[in-house]
Amino acid sequence: MVGYLIQRLLGVALTLLVAAALIFFLLDVLPGDPARFMLGINASDESLAALRQQLGLDQPAIIRFGQWLTGLMTGDLGMSASQRAPIAELILDRMQLSLPLAFGALILSTLIGLPLGIFAAQHQGKPGDAGLMGLAQIGIAIPNFWFAMLLVVVFAVTLKWLPPGGFVPWAENPSAAFRALILPTIALALPQAAILARVMRTSLVDVARQDFIRTARAKGLSKSQALWRHGVRNALLPVLTIMGLQFAFLIAGTIIVENVFYLPGLGRLTFTAISARDLFVVRSALLVLVGLVVIIMFLVDLLYALVDPRLKKRATP
Amino acid sequence: MKNSALHLAGLMAATLFSSTALADELRLGLVLEPPHLDPTAGAAAAIDEVVYANLFEGLTRIDQNGAVRASLATDWAISDDGTRYEFTLKEGVTFHDGTSFDAEDVKFSLDRARAEDSVNAQKGIFAPITKVEVLAPNKIAIEIANPQGNFLFNLGRGDAVIVAPESAETNQTNPVGTGPFTFVDWQQGSKVILEKNPDYVGDDVYLDRAIFTFISDPNAAQNAMLAGELDGFANFPAPETLEIFEADPRFNVVVGSTEGETILATNNKAEPFNDLRVRQAIAHVIDRQAIIDGAMFGYGTPIGTHFAPHHPYYVDLLDTYPRDIERAKALLAEAGYADGFKATLKLPPPTYARRGGQILAAQLREIGIDLELINVEWAQWLEDVFTNKDYDLTIVSHVEPFDIGIYANPDYYFQYDNKAFQDLIATLNVVTDDAEREKLAQDAQRLLSEDAVNGYLFQLAKTGVWDARLSGMWPNSPVEGNDLTQVKWAE
Repeated sequence: MVGYLIQRLLGVALTLLVAAALIFFLLDVLPGDPARFMLGINASDESLAALRQQLGLDQPAIIRFGQWLTGLMTGDLGMSASQRAPIAELILDRMQLSLPLAFGALILSTLIGLPLGIFAAQHQGKPGDAGLMGLAQIGIAIPNFWFAMLLVVVFAVTLKWLPPGGFVPWAENPSAAFRALILPTIALALPQAAILARVMRTSLVDVARQDFIRTARAKGLSKSQALWRHGVRNALLPVLTIMGLQFAFLIAGTIIVENVFYLPGLGRLTFTAISARDLFVVRSALLVLVGLVVIIMFLVDLLYALVDPRLKKRATP
Repeated sequence: MKNSALHLAGLMAATLFSSTALADELRLGLVLEPPHLDPTAGAAAAIDEVVYANLFEGLTRIDQNGAVRASLATDWAISDDGTRYEFTLKEGVTFHDGTSFDAEDVKFSLDRARAEDSVNAQKGIFAPITKVEVLAPNKIAIEIANPQGNFLFNLGRGDAVIVAPESAETNQTNPVGTGPFTFVDWQQGSKVILEKNPDYVGDDVYLDRAIFTFISDPNAAQNAMLAGELDGFANFPAPETLEIFEADPRFNVVVGSTEGETILATNNKAEPFNDLRVRQAIAHVIDRQAIIDGAMFGYGTPIGTHFAPHHPYYVDLLDTYPRDIERAKALLAEAGYADGFKATLKLPPPTYARRGGQILAAQLREIGIDLELINVEWAQWLEDVFTNKDYDLTIVSHVEPFDIGIYANPDYYFQYDNKAFQDLIATLNVVTDDAEREKLAQDAQRLLSEDAVNGYLFQLAKTGVWDARLSGMWPNSPVEGNDLTQVKWAE
């Protein structure tokens, strides 16, 4: 198990380093001058030069890359070019919204998707199964942003139960912060739940045909007992893979949902920073997003090992 | 029975969940969030939209009709040759952090804006200043190299507000001004909160609190208004949804104008646009009303030159090149393009450009000009089009007030180089007599229209959506800003 862990951790570190280099140099070749963006079309050349120097843009790329990497190690990400605030603070501030949103959606989609998938598998071919899978098909087909707009029109504009958007910091009013996240979480979670339900169902239906389930039933277990005790754990492997991938989608999905609900999250921070060519913010925010996905993939790998003990043995020489 | 139970549940939910405005609080929606809050260090209109006249004040200020009014300077005298201004300053004024305001602060602010390392986005305003002299704590003199017709107006712009040496460096995140509102909080990505300044010297404002909320998505903006989360949107981002608000008695739609001349900017040095006949042909084909109707849902005023129709100096030049397909084809043939030609049209993100570009491309196709539409972001537009002049045509709105002078710079991205025009503007800049200025400005407008330097499309409208019980908002925007000093709720 320890060997497996070390091998995985090395993989994580290497992935992050490659991602950092890719992000930095790809962004560096983007057309667009942040100083010109900030000072606009009537700015004089000397004002532009003064600002570029203030921002440290007059140094060669490789030196700026080195500075950024050292900054990443020490947690000092520098100042935002456009907002003139410490980047680490900006990102941490936005995380108080984006993390609960993404994880909330992950948990909600699991809580809805897995039981429904298991239920459908147990009732394979019956009306309950057909109905649920029909709903799931619709859930997959509906885009996040459209579903989000629908939720706002029904629950905020018409019923006025929940706010149509905006966010109140947790420290200021926790219940208002929670309420602000209800609709966005649902908007993100339901389409993902639909995918999970289908994968869970298919995987469980496959497992149900295996010999060991037949053996379990021959020993006197009912169909549901056999599925619950022996089937579900075996069916979880492909589901875990999908959940890991889904987290990347959820993180990307927050950008769209944050826009519909005008939430101050990491996605909007990145988006506005890209349009302002505030590459200082963009690269650090992107790396945080990559980091989140890599960590989740790492956890999924660990879960694999727990669910399927064979993996542990394979990795240890 | 069942119904009333449901109704009750709905009511309870509504009281539990809905938030209502406090008395004398204004919740205002803006499309763009300012990058920071220092109007003397950035071009973003969003900065002025929050702070202008509310947080920060200049020596003069611009009122809602575009006229110059007293602000931190109560009155002024101009020397006979027009090169020396003496201002008398308001007394007893303090900055929001408690430090006092006097002539030294004015000198500091102006010297800072014209310094070599200044990052003021409109440094040109301060270029003519040769000397700023403190005469007394409440008297200051400014000397300029040549007489400037627009000097008092320029001093009233957001870029020329007065800041204190104690707080100038931190104004970007913690703005300290002299205005009738003080800064309370900025929740980045979400809102800025201002409160009434109890120590303000001057007329009290009506509002106790103002909250600026930033919503860029037009659908989200509409929902926030309909759900009652906002009391107003100073410039509503989606003209196609204004009908909904017009039909709803809770709201008041206020249509005014801006300083934004929306033009088909043309690279006057690029083939074949360097040929006057080609530009004239384009001018003959453009159907302005079709673009206004199709792209802006009817909101906008057609223009025939680079000048705002609400300005007293405006001349109506819509018919310099009336729509005439045959004449346009003949002009193209004369120029050697009987079969038309291909060119590119670069379109920045705003609706007027992206939608307007498609309509315009269809119009130009009528005379065989085949446009390739290229969507660009602002940062890319600034680099490709504005800085490197790597473009044929683009659609953009020039939002600076009284900016006809940009055509006198042959290096400006239009690359229009006309000695006669440059002389006109050089004279205009130093003449202070109003009648003479009017004549010069009108000659300049005619010259641009006849030279068909750019395609002149329309003046951008300002479309505000407000709670019907509110009054005192600016219908027009002669300068960038949302002056809240007169805004109040009906009793």
